Amino acid sequence: MIHSLFLINASGDIFLEKHWKSVVSRSVCDYFFEAQERASEAENVPPVIPTPHHYLLSVYRHKIFFVAVIQSEVPPLFVIEFLHRVVDTFQDYFGVCSELMIKDNVVVVYEVLEEMLDNGFPLATESNILKELIKPPTILRTVVNTITGSTNVGDQLPTGQLSVVPWRRTGVKYTNNEAYFDVIEEIDAIIDKSGSTITAEIQGVIDACVKLTGMPDLTLSFMNPRLLDDVSFHPCVRFKRWESERILSFIPPDGNFRLLSYHVSAQNLVAIPVYVKHNISFRDSSSLGRFEITVGPKQTMGKTVEGVMVTSQMPKGVLNMTLTPSQGTHIFDPVTKLLSWDVGKINPQKLPSLKGSVSLQAGASKPDENPTINLQFKIQQLAISGLKVNRLDMYGEKYKPFKGIKYMTKAGKFQVRT
Amino acid sequence: MSGSGLSYSEQGGEAASELAQEVVPTATPSAPAAFGLFSSDTKKNEDLKQMLESSKDSAKLDAMKRIVGMIAKGKNASELFPAVVKNVASKNIEIKKLVYVYLMRYAEEQQDLALLSISTFQRALKDPNQLIRASALRVLSSIRVPIIVPIMMLAIKEASSDLSPYVRKNAAHAIQKLYSLDPEQKEMLIEVIEKLLKDKSTLVAGSVVMAFEEVCPDRIDLIHKNYRKLCNLLVDVEEWGQVVIIHMLTRYARTQFVSPWKDDEVMEEYSENNFYESDEEQKEKDQKVKNTYTMDPDHRLLLRNTKPLLQSRNAAVVMAVAQLYWHLAPKSEAGIVSKSLVRLLHSNREVQYIVLQNIATMSIQRKGMFEPYLKSFYVRSTDPTMIKTLKLEILTNLANEANISTLLREFQTYVKSQDKQFAAATIQAIGRCATNITEVTDTCLNGLVCLLSNRDEIVVAESVVVIKKLLQTQPAHHGEIIKHMAKLLDNITVPVARASILWLIGEYCERVPKIAPDVLRKTAKTFTNEDDLVKLQILNLGAKLYLTNSKQTKLLTQYVLNLGKYDQSYDIRDRTRFIRQLIVPNEKSGALSKYAKKIFLAQKPAPLLESPFKDRDHFQLGTLSHTLNSRATGYLELSDWPKVAPDPSVRNVDVAELAKEWTGILGKTKKEKPTEKFYSESEEEEDESSSTSASESDSGSESEKEDKEEGSSDESSGSSSSSEESSDSESDSKESTAKKISRAAAESDSEDIKKKAKGISGKRSPSNSSDTESASSEENSSDSEAESDSKSDSESGKSRNATSSKKEEKTLQDRKAPNKQDVFLLDLDDFCPVTTPVAVPTAAVLSPSLTADLEGLSLSSSSVIDVTAPVSVPTKTHELLHRMSGKGLAAHYHFSRQPGIFGDRMVSVQVTVTNTTDQKIENIHIKEKKLPPGMRMHEFNPIECLEPAGSITVSMGIDFCDSAQMASFQLCTKDDHFNVNIQPPVGELLLPVTMSEKDFKKEQACLCFIPAQQTKGC
Repeated sequence: MIHSLFLINASGDIFLEKHWKSVVSRSVCDYFFEAQERASEAENVPPVIPTPHHYLLSVYRHKIFFVAVIQSEVPPLFVIEFLHRVVDTFQDYFGVCSELMIKDNVVVVYEVLEEMLDNGFPLATESNILKELIKPPTILRTVVNTITGSTNVGDQLPTGQLSVVPWRRTGVKYTNNEAYFDVIEEIDAIIDKSGSTITAEIQGVIDACVKLTGMPDLTLSFMNPRLLDDVSFHPCVRFKRWESERILSFIPPDGNFRLLSYHVSAQNLVAIPVYVKHNISFRDSSSLGRFEITVGPKQTMGKTVEGVMVTSQMPKGVLNMTLTPSQGTHIFDPVTKLLSWDVGKINPQKLPSLKGSVSLQAGASKPDENPTINLQFKIQQLAISGLKVNRLDMYGEKYKPFKGIKYMTKAGKFQVRT
Repeated sequence: MSGSGLSYSEQGGEAASELAQEVVPTATPSAPAAFGLFSSDTKKNEDLKQMLESSKDSAKLDAMKRIVGMIAKGKNASELFPAVVKNVASKNIEIKKLVYVYLMRYAEEQQDLALLSISTFQRALKDPNQLIRASALRVLSSIRVPIIVPIMMLAIKEASSDLSPYVRKNAAHAIQKLYSLDPEQKEMLIEVIEKLLKDKSTLVAGSVVMAFEEVCPDRIDLIHKNYRKLCNLLVDVEEWGQVVIIHMLTRYARTQFVSPWKDDEVMEEYSENNFYESDEEQKEKDQKVKNTYTMDPDHRLLLRNTKPLLQSRNAAVVMAVAQLYWHLAPKSEAGIVSKSLVRLLHSNREVQYIVLQNIATMSIQRKGMFEPYLKSFYVRSTDPTMIKTLKLEILTNLANEANISTLLREFQTYVKSQDKQFAAATIQAIGRCATNITEVTDTCLNGLVCLLSNRDEIVVAESVVVIKKLLQTQPAHHGEIIKHMAKLLDNITVPVARASILWLIGEYCERVPKIAPDVLRKTAKTFTNEDDLVKLQILNLGAKLYLTNSKQTKLLTQYVLNLGKYDQSYDIRDRTRFIRQLIVPNEKSGALSKYAKKIFLAQKPAPLLESPFKDRDHFQLGTLSHTLNSRATGYLELSDWPKVAPDPSVRNVDVAELAKEWTGILGKTKKEKPTEKFYSESEEEEDESSSTSASESDSGSESEKEDKEEGSSDESSGSSSSSEESSDSESDSKESTAKKISRAAAESDSEDIKKKAKGISGKRSPSNSSDTESASSEENSSDSEAESDSKSDSESGKSRNATSSKKEEKTLQDRKAPNKQDVFLLDLDDFCPVTTPVAVPTAAVLSPSLTADLEGLSLSSSSVIDVTAPVSVPTKTHELLHRMSGKGLAAHYHFSRQPGIFGDRMVSVQVTVTNTTDQKIENIHIKEKKLPPGMRMHEFNPIECLEPAGSITVSMGIDFCDSAQMASFQLCTKDDHFNVNIQPPVGELLLPVTMSEKDFKKEQACLCFIPAQQTKGC
């Protein structure tokens, strides 16, 4: 399946290579560089590139291209999904997945990759198992290792791989037993020029951080499970139980994991928590344009909208912008023509606004289209769909765990057309 | 200066090392030294060697880490091989692992030395710890040294019968490695595969199927016996294995089962038969049933067991199931995958790309699947271009009469996009919509003509090209547009566009007889300054005019030809000479000039505007070949359905075969059912590797019991004594009707009902004859499945809860309903949304004609009336069909106040259909619309089937023609129909808009009279 993996940074250097079968010369990446050149932006590099003898499948994350070389027919999503899993694992191990981090921990990276694939076929991709095989580097451990000469490789071979619950390691012990669940919902929306909603959807996930001793068996139930239209589960969730009772029943992996991601049915109208008033105009005759945006809360159920960030890609003809925000800070990058305005919290009494003028290239005709405004925001303690966790129960262990549920609503791909 | 020199030499060094690797794979340690740059490396390597030979583990570890770092960077570390290999038996696990890493990388190049390590692995293969055995096998098989093939073979064979499933899994992996090393071993390896395929562990299943796919994908016969087991294990296999197994089973199923796609034809034929049939033809009918399609229970098993996997977090698994349903499921069932595929669109860019490609292919063939998700494909300005174009492609595929106006409005935004490549693609898309949907062709054309005045070259060129194509497909009455384009010629500077316009005028010069010569005159004036492309077209135009209208244009053409004769470009001089010889008669002109008119004015075939995804469907979806649209190496063709299904008994495992014998004795009529039962029973059992054999024999014996029972019930000719029918009279009637219409189609469904009926009987009537049996089966399942201890209890409790809550809902709705009924025509207070004070007569706002829509394309900044989104949506529902009068089928409707997705004039109505019976209601659809003149209705897609106590919400659009008249129609189920009607409250016919006071006054002035109520909000 997967023959080799090359890691390429933004400047086009191959800084890591790993082969699971015979060695494929790194000159195969030339085809990739060619494609990269053709596509103006990294985002536009096609994920699948055919070459005379190989196929290059790549994902682009954290400014690094992960290029897998394969030789014969294989479902492309299989490879792409695996590469994403690799990135997730690195992130899990090192906190951030960057070129520097990978270079610093090249041995651990190599060991992890070795365990993840055998002859190009995925072997151990659960981070719980991997962490037992190869311990993630921590500062403490690095210090201890240099003194005692012990290693990052687990001295006991993991048994999780053999058990019925391959995602959980055995013999977990904590003094404080706790289980936290974050219900995070994202609103994807396109808002019309006039402020009406063209499309709006809610995507949600439940991320969990479970630190429980032993082999706990958890059940999580919702007040209104009908809201969940389409769900996908972590493999630990018992599907039959969900089908029949709409209850999440599972033996959790140890540590952080994504329990569930869901989609709220389209029939429920999405409450849009913010609105943007905008007045952007370019005039044909003069080289000055007007720019004015105001952000305000709409349906927030009494919660504060925070972390508001407005970004907008200005047309090429824009030379500079002179703007004054009523709050927050703004930056206009004259090279990339990207305007970003970090608003912060919205105070409903005094709505934040950004006003000023746009100077256009002299002599150039006015841009065809007004720029699209992208919005980011966060609302704590609110799941916009109204989803509520009813209760969380634990079976199989004697102690009483500490439980916590947190709700949050965020903007996903939230665009306002102007 | 020195810095750049250094970097250069480094590059050179790397290139050199690559060369060394490629040219001399078994490079001797001294070889790299020949390259000047390696001298420093060798020195460094010296100290590494020393470290490796030291007695301290920490030094060794340090050295190994540095070596691995070198390998990772792609530097050559092969000369350290002897020093490294010595440490293969190290006690330190990390050193050992790193040595393994090194070995796998370089063993192929240093075969002789690699042999030194073999004995260590051989010893480890006998280790009592399964994990050590497994890892030894893994490394041993990864060393690509042909000499050790026999050792590997032996190790694989031994490992394949190891007690530990983990070791067996590694054996399966080793098979592929050995096969790629030495294909000669194929036969022996197939034997091992055959053995491992029988393995009942979920750990092994994925890996062995992978080996099967790699080594002997054509040996379909090996799968037969394991087919059912694989289907049942599938849910518990790890995700990567699932993908491989699903793909393999898809291919398998296409060779073993007959096509389920003829379903509809069979149904029709049969119902016709039914009509003319009298009672005595019962026998004939039975025979007929055999001819009609019945899905093989194994086929059904596969579909049923893969369905839950649509909920997987792994995109590859979801895609695999989607393609399985696409290629194997009856057309009516394939729809269930669309929701999950749309979910994947929220994933990463790369996943989106692949999924969108597959959706594009699907949406060409079956539009209906993705129509409800139209809005999920709307383009965002932040999407990468490739995603944008794919979404656009899908939107174009999904376009139909009902949604085209919404789509065109959306396209309007895209055309203005800053991403010009995407804008051009949008224009192409508009062109395709225009050809596919004849109703909007003219509007699209007008819109495109407006675009001609765009400033951007790409946009203009693309529009001209598309207009040219559109006109070519239907040149009948487009004289006007050609005239318009001729006028534009003065302003347009883009050569491609100018050339296209000239070509059009030339081609259709007979339709614009007055303008064409004038255009030629104008262009002749500017000839010398034109682009080559345009010059050629001027010549072309001149030639065509000369032939059709020589009186007016003879001199002009000759003038142009003279200009062309002395042009700088040889291409144009050439063309001039050619044309002159052809059209101007002289003594030397050959035979060809007679046919000049035919040559120049021949009917040209119109270009086809087709989706680029049209020809992709011959590749299996979700494969690399499909993505690339070309056959990838190792692509396995998906075979066509066989005409006649191969013998299904090959899949029977021994236990099942026993059951088969029983049926043979008891009668042929029920042949399929026992097996079906058998599996529906065993499906409930969690297939754990340890208990599988036991449970299988259990269920086997059960199926025998059932056989007996079914046989007896048949003999008593369907009297009420049969266990299933007595337990539930409704299912009885259902079954008989189902029989009447088409047993073939209803087969599986009635099976389901029976199952359910049985479940109910088990809970409700303990004295029933069937009870003992079903109870015992439940015991069985609860034994093997720890979690389902209290399942049946809680389930029944749950269902009770559900029904009671439903009742509450119902009473609530009932109470509401009377309120609603006496709605007055002008009861506006009730419906006017709070925040929208202005209501404008609908006619003005609701029906902005499409032309007006597309006029927006011209980028004029005219003030438009903005439609405000509804802020409050009433939760009030109206009753459409009461459950009593609907024989258990209840329907409610409410006005969603969303912009009509079916068209501008359509008011969208959400109908919630609820099944209050305890059996499935099938095929709910609309028939016999009795609409007042002018009123139109967009029906919802027929609902295939509604589960008991299930409810489904569908949306339909009704154009009430701005009147409050009723829309009456029939709501039909498979075997019944009910008259219903929808009457709109006036408020629902209006659209809230915001406008300035000035605008309002202006609008008001346009209308001579306006009812007092409607201005009230102002």
